[in-house]
Formats: sequence, C-alpha cells, structure tokens
Amino acid sequence: MSPRAAWRLESLGFGEVYEYRGGKLDWMAAGLPTEGTNAKRPRAGGLARADVPTCRLDERLGDVRNRAREQGWDAAVVINSERVVFGLLRAKELDLEADQQVSQAMRPAPSTFRPYVLAEEMAAYMRDHERVSVVITTSDGRLVGLLRQEDVSG
Amino acid sequence: MPREVDRNELRRMVEAGAQLVEVLPEEEYAEDHLPKAVSIPLGRLDDEAPTALDRNRPVIVYCWDIA
Repeated sequence: MSPRAAWRLESLGFGEVYEYRGGKLDWMAAGLPTEGTNAKRPRAGGLARADVPTCRLDERLGDVRNRAREQGWDAAVVINSERVVFGLLRAKELDLEADQQVSQAMRPAPSTFRPYVLAEEMAAYMRDHERVSVVITTSDGRLVGLLRQEDVSG
Repeated sequence: MPREVDRNELRRMVEAGAQLVEVLPEEEYAEDHLPKAVSIPLGRLDDEAPTALDRNRPVIVYCWDIA
C-alpha cells in the first residue's frame, strides 16, 4: 500500500517522497511509542520486567541460579553482548546440575513476543498455553523483559 | 523515484520537518499511529494530498508493513 502511495504522490508533483517500508509493524515491534486510542492500553512491552536476571552462554549454571534467587527470581534470560536472546532458564532449568554451562542447561530459542502486543491478548495466550512467563523482545531479537502471568492477569 | 527510509532516518527527518502520512484506513490510524503522522487513506490521496500536504517539504508514507 505504501509503495503505491509514494508513487502516486510523486505523480501528483511531490518532489521528495519517501517510503517507510517497515511501517507501523516495524515501529511498534521496536517498542517505540504510538498515539491513538490504543496507546494508553497496557502492552506487553510496558508490563514486562526489564530487571529480569540475565546471563551469558558460558556462565556456570550454579552461579546464575544463586544470582537469580538472591534477586528474588526463579528465571534468567540468556543473552549475548548485544542483548539478543539465546535461551531461557526457568525454575526447572535453574535446578539442574550446578557445574554445567548455561548453554547446556537452557531452554534454547524460546518463543518471544513483541512489545506492542496488548496485555489482554498476552493474558489469553498465556492462560490458554499454560505459560507462566514469556520473553518480550524487539523485532531484532533484543531483550525487553520477561512478562509474567501475574503481570497481565486481572 | 520514491526512496526507502528506515525508522532511524524517519525519526531524524520528521524532527527536521518532514511530513509523515499513514495511508491505512482511518480506523486503523485512530487506534495507533506514529507520532506526528497525519491520516490520508490511500483511496483519498488524490483528493486530499494536494491541499493537506506541502509539496516543498519531504513526505514519508507508511502503512502496516510492506504490503
């Protein structure tokens, strides 16, 4: 739709016409703000816990477990130096053998959701799929935070 | 020939005075639109663009995604 609009504007005499091909999807997936009637409705990105513990692939699982639980968490997200998500450690994985590397224990490539998804949609998904928490990332895979069921229910 | 911009270029250009136009149906614009965007649905572009937009300033159009 936008390519046609851009070409049409040019044919109407507009000299400098640009097209943002990524569109609203790209904008919202990056967690950028929008305006409109939906703008005030809670979304996954705003509710996700940005303070979720993170760790690297080559860390010792026991160290990550201790760090996470000291912070009151039963989960940690495995990321790289660019904050791109590689895996998730839930309570089940955190309780595995302490001396192994995170890369061996983690749940690799967890499903991720974009920040713009409305909280009520996330609540329905998590309820229907019995998910306690889900990872929220931008469209380029960078961690926004961990959304827990209690963050979107009620 | 229209040129493509990414979201970073878009932000810079809008700050510098470019006009931003969402060409989706009005209802979709009402729900969510980019800051500073105006709504001119594709079907109304011929009628509205000549009066609503300034030909002497850059115009950036967008929809939901590439489709």
